[in-house]
Amino acid sequence: MIRYLFTYILLLLIGLTASGPVRAQSNLYATATGQTSFFSETPAENITAVNKKTQAILNTSTGELAIRMNMRDFDFPNELMEEHFNENYLESEKYPTATFRGKVDQTVDYTQNGTYEVSTTGAFTIHGVTQNRTLKGQLIVKDKTISISSDFEVALADHKIEVPKIVFMKIAQVIKVKARYQLTPYNR
Amino acid sequence: MKLLRIIPFLLIPLLGAAQDDLLGELEKQAVPPTVPVVATFKSTRIINGHSVETVKRNHMDFRISHRFGRLNSGAYELFGLDQATIRLGLEYGVTDNLMIGIGRSSEQKAYDFFGKYRVLRQTTGARTVPVSVTLFGSTVIRTVRSFIPGEQERSFQDKLSYTGQVLIARKFSERLSLQLTPTYLYRNQPELAADDQLLLAVGIGGRYKISKRVSLNGEYFWALRDKSSAALPYYNSLAVGFDIETGGHVFQLHFTNSLGMIEKQFIGETVGTWGKGDIHYGFNISRTFSLDKKSKRAATDW
Repeated sequence: MIRYLFTYILLLLIGLTASGPVRAQSNLYATATGQTSFFSETPAENITAVNKKTQAILNTSTGELAIRMNMRDFDFPNELMEEHFNENYLESEKYPTATFRGKVDQTVDYTQNGTYEVSTTGAFTIHGVTQNRTLKGQLIVKDKTISISSDFEVALADHKIEVPKIVFMKIAQVIKVKARYQLTPYNR
Repeated sequence: MKLLRIIPFLLIPLLGAAQDDLLGELEKQAVPPTVPVVATFKSTRIINGHSVETVKRNHMDFRISHRFGRLNSGAYELFGLDQATIRLGLEYGVTDNLMIGIGRSSEQKAYDFFGKYRVLRQTTGARTVPVSVTLFGSTVIRTVRSFIPGEQERSFQDKLSYTGQVLIARKFSERLSLQLTPTYLYRNQPELAADDQLLLAVGIGGRYKISKRVSLNGEYFWALRDKSSAALPYYNSLAVGFDIETGGHVFQLHFTNSLGMIEKQFIGETVGTWGKGDIHYGFNISRTFSLDKKSKRAATDW
């Protein structure tokens, strides 16, 4: 019995030390009001929508970055588009969120004010389909805020987002996305 | 054996790691949203009767509805396809919860004017509302002239009838939605002298989605008539059909024993019965146009 207890304590200690350093740090930066917008451009119709409740969090010591948003928080200029977006294309009932979990590829000195051209590589999930992506962007460190901005494209086919033939002409096959996040120090 | 006992302890550090995952942290911080339930039905009609849905703000819904003759009229009439009754409608969303509409039916040469207001929307998530509730009111003017020679025309007042409905619906799942529709119908002068001016009815309707774009719909209106009025040649209205949705269009194809497409007619004056094969094939075509200038402006802001 004593032996098991000993093993237990040992393992517990290993566990605590393994997760300890990350927990102790306060070098997390986050936002819950990031802006993500997208734009679909076709000769027939242009569609744009914005999500102003995007969550983002960055660990400046490891470069780890996570982003999460509710699909239903996308605001469209008209309700019918929003309904079709959630109901027919993104199936928000089944797949309520879009996420990114990755790492900044470059080593950035987050204590130095400045503008850094960076890229981030990780798993991008939307409509329940995950793709490994490297997204380019800009990172601006100014005093206690870190601004992240990135412009990239998402191909509907990559995420199994189906558009019926009859509205094919009105929805672009590749959607342009803009991400603008202002992160401030975050204590859990 | 020893190994088995150790396994639970091995998981402890993993639990710690899961908490430190950044995405997990975001999930923890996320405010649980109150999610409005949308698309309880694909259209503002289940089949003949209204659904809880309203036309969205600044959208115009142009509706063309047809009911053909009776299937049991035989091959000579091409099973009813030789005859058609039609309703044309223009329906507009004033706000996302309020719509107004005007329609003209060939049956009785009737003009209908209606308003529909959503008072409650079903929601899930942080704040749960179990049902959607929409109020419906309409006035109908039947302008058809009497075909009996020498009979005096109706006064304007006597051409009017009114409908009030409380539409209560719940989307039980992505596929199944059901609606209960208590109905108040008042005719200043009923079509038949033996009929009462007031008719109360209860409708039940529903849809079951069989694919992303197609649903099976059904609808029944139970008219609460006096026992003494059993001599009236009227039956309850029953309809079954399909909704097919493609972007801005909704096609509704169905079979019903009612010829009329407005409440006064299909709830109060259905003379066909399914039992004898008095079934009409029919369709509704709904085309929604956006009259919104904002969407174009927003696109140029990009």
